[in-house]
Amino acid sequence: MKVLRRLLKFAAPYWTRYMLAIALVFAISGLNLLEPMVIKWVIDEILESKNYTLLLYGALAILGVAILKGVLQFFQRFSMSWAGQKVVFDIRNTLYRHLQQLSFSFYDKAQTGQIMSRVTSDVETAQRFLSNGLVQIISISVTFTATLIMMLSHHTKLTFMAMIPVPFLAWRVQVYSTQVRPMFWNIQQQLAVLTARLQENITGQRVVKAFARKDYEMDIFECDNMALLERNVKAERLSGVNWALMRLLTEISLGIILWYGGWQVISGSITYGTLVAFNMWLGQLLGPIRRLGFWVSMVQRTIASGERIFEILDTKAEVDDRPGAKPMPPVQGSVTFEDVSFSYDGDHMVIDGINLDAKPGQTIAVLGGTGSGKSTLINLIPRFYDVTEGRILIDGIDVRDVTLESLRRQIGIVTQETFLFSASLRDNIAYGKPEATDQEVMEAAKAAHIHDFITSLPQGYDSVIGERGVGLSGGQKQRVAIARALLMDARILLLDESTSSVDVETEMRIQEAFSRLLEDRTAFVIAQRLSTVRNADWIIVLDKGSIAEQGTHEELLNKGGIYTSIYNLQFRPQEILFEDTEQARLEDAASQGGGN
Amino acid sequence: MGRFHRGLDVGNIDRKDINFSHLPKLKRFVTPFKWYLLLALALAVAISLLSTVGPLLVRRAIDVDIPSGDFNGLSKTALTYLGIMLFIEVLHVSQRYVMSWTGQHMLYSMRRALFSHLQDLGLDFYDKLQVGRIMSRVTGDVESLNQLISSGVLGLLTDLVTLFAIVTVMVRMNLRLALATLTVVPLLFLVVWTLRTRMTRAYRRVRRRIADIAANLQESISGMRIVQAFSREEVNAEKFSDTNYESFQAQLEAARLHALFHPMVDIISALGSALIVYYGGLRMSWHDPTVTVGTIVAFLNYMTRFFWPIRNLTEVYNLILQAGVSSERVFEILETKPNVQDKEDALELGEIEGHVEFNNVVFGYEPGLPVLHGVNIEAKPNETIALVGPTGAGKSSIINLLCRFYDVDQGEILVDGMDIRDVTLESLRRNLGIVLQDTFIFSGTVRDNIRYGRLDATDEEIEEAARIVGAHDFISRLPDGYDTEVRERGSRLSVGQRQLLSFARALLADPRILILDEATSSVDAYTEYLIQKALEKLFQGRTSIVIAHRLSTIRNADRIYVIEDGQVAEVGNHEELIAKGGLYKTLYEKQFAGAPLVEEREHEADTLDREVAGGTKPTLRPRPEHAG
Repeated sequence: MKVLRRLLKFAAPYWTRYMLAIALVFAISGLNLLEPMVIKWVIDEILESKNYTLLLYGALAILGVAILKGVLQFFQRFSMSWAGQKVVFDIRNTLYRHLQQLSFSFYDKAQTGQIMSRVTSDVETAQRFLSNGLVQIISISVTFTATLIMMLSHHTKLTFMAMIPVPFLAWRVQVYSTQVRPMFWNIQQQLAVLTARLQENITGQRVVKAFARKDYEMDIFECDNMALLERNVKAERLSGVNWALMRLLTEISLGIILWYGGWQVISGSITYGTLVAFNMWLGQLLGPIRRLGFWVSMVQRTIASGERIFEILDTKAEVDDRPGAKPMPPVQGSVTFEDVSFSYDGDHMVIDGINLDAKPGQTIAVLGGTGSGKSTLINLIPRFYDVTEGRILIDGIDVRDVTLESLRRQIGIVTQETFLFSASLRDNIAYGKPEATDQEVMEAAKAAHIHDFITSLPQGYDSVIGERGVGLSGGQKQRVAIARALLMDARILLLDESTSSVDVETEMRIQEAFSRLLEDRTAFVIAQRLSTVRNADWIIVLDKGSIAEQGTHEELLNKGGIYTSIYNLQFRPQEILFEDTEQARLEDAASQGGGN
Repeated sequence: MGRFHRGLDVGNIDRKDINFSHLPKLKRFVTPFKWYLLLALALAVAISLLSTVGPLLVRRAIDVDIPSGDFNGLSKTALTYLGIMLFIEVLHVSQRYVMSWTGQHMLYSMRRALFSHLQDLGLDFYDKLQVGRIMSRVTGDVESLNQLISSGVLGLLTDLVTLFAIVTVMVRMNLRLALATLTVVPLLFLVVWTLRTRMTRAYRRVRRRIADIAANLQESISGMRIVQAFSREEVNAEKFSDTNYESFQAQLEAARLHALFHPMVDIISALGSALIVYYGGLRMSWHDPTVTVGTIVAFLNYMTRFFWPIRNLTEVYNLILQAGVSSERVFEILETKPNVQDKEDALELGEIEGHVEFNNVVFGYEPGLPVLHGVNIEAKPNETIALVGPTGAGKSSIINLLCRFYDVDQGEILVDGMDIRDVTLESLRRNLGIVLQDTFIFSGTVRDNIRYGRLDATDEEIEEAARIVGAHDFISRLPDGYDTEVRERGSRLSVGQRQLLSFARALLADPRILILDEATSSVDAYTEYLIQKALEKLFQGRTSIVIAHRLSTIRNADRIYVIEDGQVAEVGNHEELIAKGGLYKTLYEKQFAGAPLVEEREHEADTLDREVAGGTKPTLRPRPEHAG
């Protein structure tokens, strides 16, 4: 019930709408009670007493009550739909905002399809309850209570007789509720699994095709599809039996009224009209109660979905603004690591006791083997993860003491993987600064050497990129990402130098773009380029999360440690290119290679 | 993002009318279950027939038993009533079970059909339609179709039967009164008909807005790291809120129209009741012996029962309108022809030598905009062919064509002398090993990801493949080794590690022809070394066609094709092309002139190898500086 209460909290702001709807429900119920009275009056006073002059009024009374009821019904239904849809609108927005706050650690684990299923399917289930369901349940209870009072005031004993099956009904509702809720949870879960499967399959379609794995994918999908089918059928079976049982109990009421009431009429203790009216009242009572099973299952379904929605909303963002966090003042660019350690899981340290001091404008090159913690180290600065121990200071301020937004706005980032959105190229470049002018966007694109390509497209900057950047080559995507970071014009720059598949010319240009990017900025670069390493003010070499060596290029080369080894393996060959510009030397090197 | 309506979701929402022509196509999903549906229908008919007995018994009690003071008769009637109700409920349970079972199976087969068709659709389809939009159709729209089939169709039939039964009883009881009552029916039709077009339009808008939300969500979640890195939360939340609001508006319009339905029907029902009372009373006042108070009460009772199915029918009608919209969307996918399809008489491509030829291949993604203009390439069995050239020259297109992700516009591609359009896609791709630049890792274990290359591979074979490409080492250092779960898109594996995994995957597949889009993403020195070694292993004993970025790959290639502006600009091996002094030489000098010579690196490699073999974690040891 706690889940329902929380869901209803979302409905609270629209209480006036709900109150209006409830008031209308009362009015409608009143009219519902009036109907049999009118009919009773027509039968007893007009037809039975053969008072035919009133006939037309009788008929008009029936119609008039119905029209009034119809108008009220429309407004009641519409205001409830409005409220229900508005609540869903709010829940979706809340979910979306919350999802955006959740940290990288959440997305390390979460599957896109799973999340989507909760924001779409589970929210829709909640909506069905919050609009239509809530109306119906309220109107049923109101009608039920009112009818019951009306019946009691007419004939207490007859009413009690009719209510005999109610305790059994209550017991069935209780049993059914406890049994069916986990089933609904399972169904929603399986739906999410299927959605996730679908999402991955569509996203990975190239690989599926490349390996001709249709049959395999079909098998997996069918397995999940079948599981969903079975869970649905199981829940349906349980519901079917219970609903029938509940309906049967209500029919028993009707039987009792007929039998006991008839006996009362025969013995003359009630009038014929009372029995007919009772019969109709009971019809009104039982009509909705016959659907009781349906409402119970809807509530249980809602609770199951609500649990899944709140599971997301209750996930705490691991990285969040501290209470009283202030905006980061404009950054000068000094970055200090003080005894920084970090662990993803709590026991295995990925970053272990790093001390580092970058002065404004310096370029720090980060080197190290796969898994040495380079990316993690860089991810700590914009607080994609929070340090486990120690602290990181920017201009002497602990990054955890300022708001995330003000911090990240002042840090430009080029990630290893280029993710572009299916929006226009302009929107993609202006991603971090949506208010940028066309001029600024073009400047950034020129600096990243992508402007010429963009203008060569039929729609230029308005060309929409397909999802996952389909239609752009790897190198083009990367340059768009560089332009995106350039436009941020941040004092601190984090760069994962990836040279994925760019041709020679582009490579040269990207290097130019990078060096322009690095000017006057504090930069942390996971370096792959010799030029970057050589120009870096400080180089740190990571090994198992600790700094194994640090110093300038010359210092480290003289030291003859790991750096030297990396240098020989990776950078030295590049050095030849930079130093030996003479054609003769180039050819010499080439022929040596061929000769060996 | 949501506001970009592209591909299939572009279209006129305000199209005048619903396209009912899609509904008959649902037949293919219904036919296999026709006997179950008939059974459910038979049960439903039985239920509705029995249901009419209820009021008859009530009438009997009120009209006969009670006035005559026959208490025994009353008891008997009451018991019969309960007995029949019990029987009805038993039928209800059976009917519901049959129906939900059938409905779920149809839903299952519909999803399956869609999923299967999605596997066949070409990449051009995926280029056009966002992932979220496709998903929305497979889940949301199918669900809405199911509602029509499982509750709608059956409801429609049973309600019609009930209606017919009730009308029959009414007519037989009193023809005049019955006819008077039925005069309200045309009014009903009028109401339903006038709302039709507007409702269809409203539902179409609803479905599309839901797809917008799904598309927006899907991208936001996939790109969340970038969103946060660029502090886009506020802007995105606003954009999402806009999309969400449009959906709210669409839902509201539909709700408004829907809210009109029931009150209208209720009012018409009351009009019927009023008619019965008025006309019935008139008949009584004229001393018509066939009309008694009991008859009027019974008629009023029937009026309520008569309008129950009608109320349901308007609901079914509503479902039909929704399903009409959803079936448009579902069949839009099912009827999209894959851009690449097996020919009628396509042959199985058996064991091949691995001889690949491109003859005058012309191709463009968009009609009239060719990206390849007459390309000729040949790879003899076991040769390694390197494709080099500037970005956008058409290298990737060449590979896409060989994989038959797209079909050529002119010219032909031959494998062992067979046009690849003459063989089945499956048999062609089984002979190809494709390693894409953008390595895709599925969520599952590392082992599963490698096994993707060959499903029947044993654990030993998987480890062997991993060992050969040099991935074994890092895999065994993962928390659970080969059983480590890698999440969606392989988060927490580095780019280099993902590449090694995809190499292992390709090696395990052991294809005759290897197609490789070499990614030279930022990998550290050791991983780069591993990759180079892995590539050497991969190229051995098979035909390889490589978009090459590594000097080692290019130099070892038997032939280099320099691609420029969609044409082969130069062909030859490294020495020949250098000697020629053309485009290749320029490219080479700019990028590779100083690159490591393979042999020169052997020494270092050996050191590393020994360390790996020795079981220690490879560290990069200092070594004396090399003479420049």
